[in-house]
Amino acid sequence: MNISLSITKNIHDWLLSIMPESAANIVEMVLIGLLYLAIFAILGLFLVLLERRIAAWFQLRIGPNRVGFHGLLQTMADALKLLSKELTGTTKADKFLYNLAPYFVIVSSLMALAVIPFTKEFHAFDINIGIFFLIAISSVGVIGILLGGWASNNKFALIGAMRSGVQTISYELSVALSLLTMIIITGSLQLSEIIEVQKSGWLIVQGHIPAIIAFMVFMISGTAESNRAPFDMVEAESELGAGFHTEYSGMKFAYFFLAEFINMFIIAAIAATVFFGGWLSPFGITESIPWLGVFWFLGKTFILVFLMMWFRWTFPRLRVDQLLTLEWKYLLPINLVNIIIMALIVWLNLTIQF
Amino acid sequence: MERYIFYMVALIMIVSAIASVSSRKMLRSVIYLLFVLVSIAGIFFLIDYNFLAAVQLTVYAGGIIVLMIFSVLLVHHIEMRLEVAKVSKRILTAIACIIGIGVFVTTIYSYDFKVEGIATTTTTEDIGIGLLSFGEGGFILPFEVISVILLAAMIGAIVIAKGKRLEPNNDETL
Repeated sequence: MNISLSITKNIHDWLLSIMPESAANIVEMVLIGLLYLAIFAILGLFLVLLERRIAAWFQLRIGPNRVGFHGLLQTMADALKLLSKELTGTTKADKFLYNLAPYFVIVSSLMALAVIPFTKEFHAFDINIGIFFLIAISSVGVIGILLGGWASNNKFALIGAMRSGVQTISYELSVALSLLTMIIITGSLQLSEIIEVQKSGWLIVQGHIPAIIAFMVFMISGTAESNRAPFDMVEAESELGAGFHTEYSGMKFAYFFLAEFINMFIIAAIAATVFFGGWLSPFGITESIPWLGVFWFLGKTFILVFLMMWFRWTFPRLRVDQLLTLEWKYLLPINLVNIIIMALIVWLNLTIQF
Repeated sequence: MERYIFYMVALIMIVSAIASVSSRKMLRSVIYLLFVLVSIAGIFFLIDYNFLAAVQLTVYAGGIIVLMIFSVLLVHHIEMRLEVAKVSKRILTAIACIIGIGVFVTTIYSYDFKVEGIATTTTTEDIGIGLLSFGEGGFILPFEVISVILLAAMIGAIVIAKGKRLEPNNDETL
């Protein structure tokens, strides 16, 4: 555990004063877990609201504006409504797997959230294989979608789940390879060290042309990985009803829904950390005030989140064959060539450093 | 603390391993197997083998289990159940399992394990240097051989997936 803000230090001292050390450790772990759960829920609700407001803006509507100040409490009200709804299921569904599926999705995105550095201190799990851990975790989330689709005993859900599996397995390659391109510069997988390297220029500046190509590939494949439009074959409303979560209702549906938005946030956060310097301020203007890092981090991340929402409301949905052609015939070869170019640039010392 | 976590993970592993072979629903067995594999990754995390744990998660949980789920999704209907084996077969399997467990347990208890005081994390840097060094303790030859085997497997998969080429005037020869 790597949190040492002054608040957390005070809490740590206070806990040590009233209980033995091992118990204090457990209590701290529980507190950090609860904190991340709270971040998860608040971020999810806020992102849903943001998506709806941005969608309304793109379509020249006003969007939710009745509940609370400028509709700020709209998604809170939606969550309460979803909580009070009945949890339905199909009669011949495999109940155990049907109930288990949402947790795979939600646990994997929660675990990914733990690795992301919000500031230098606010970083729950600074593991030395950071990026690789993120890639490993993101490959587990798809199991939840596959299970949910199969266990619903509904053919539309099954088709949605199959499409999701195909899509996620293919685009995982591009996500991993485009991050690998940046790892060549940093020489480390640990997220705190990746940020440390960027004190002499953000990686997208340091790696110039191949870094920009890698960033574009990462954003495309990241959008596909989190099953968002224009790659939302999984829940193509015009073809499949609601896709893999057709049979889910109430809070279980909300889990899938929240996890989708958190996955989008995670993709944007990884991009902000790896390409745009995470919590580092531009040109080090606020270096003397470390806690401002969280604003820089969230600012960069939300700009990228806005970019992903822009994709969603601008591009039409792809067909399945177009989706696979894009990955295997374009993104993958571009990526492989890009890695070689990046290796050459690092080898010949052509990176731009301030 | 670590001891309790180990016992918890081990318990989950044993229970889901037994459930995996005794469940009569195919997809449930696959999911119990997934629990076993994820618990193994947990044990790797516990002994600070972070890289190996992440490999375990990517290769087994993310790769092999997803492929297994795929094949189950394609061939298996939700109402189907696996057959129960004959009694003679079951007894035979039980005997084989007991012999296997006996061999493992005797090996583990007869070996004199050395307890290391401090756990040191193997970083990816060490692993990379180890894989590509050709001096003492380097693994460059196995690494290259494995990459050739992988390439051969990939080409083989493409050849099989492509199948026979359809000739345009095949029909006239019939």
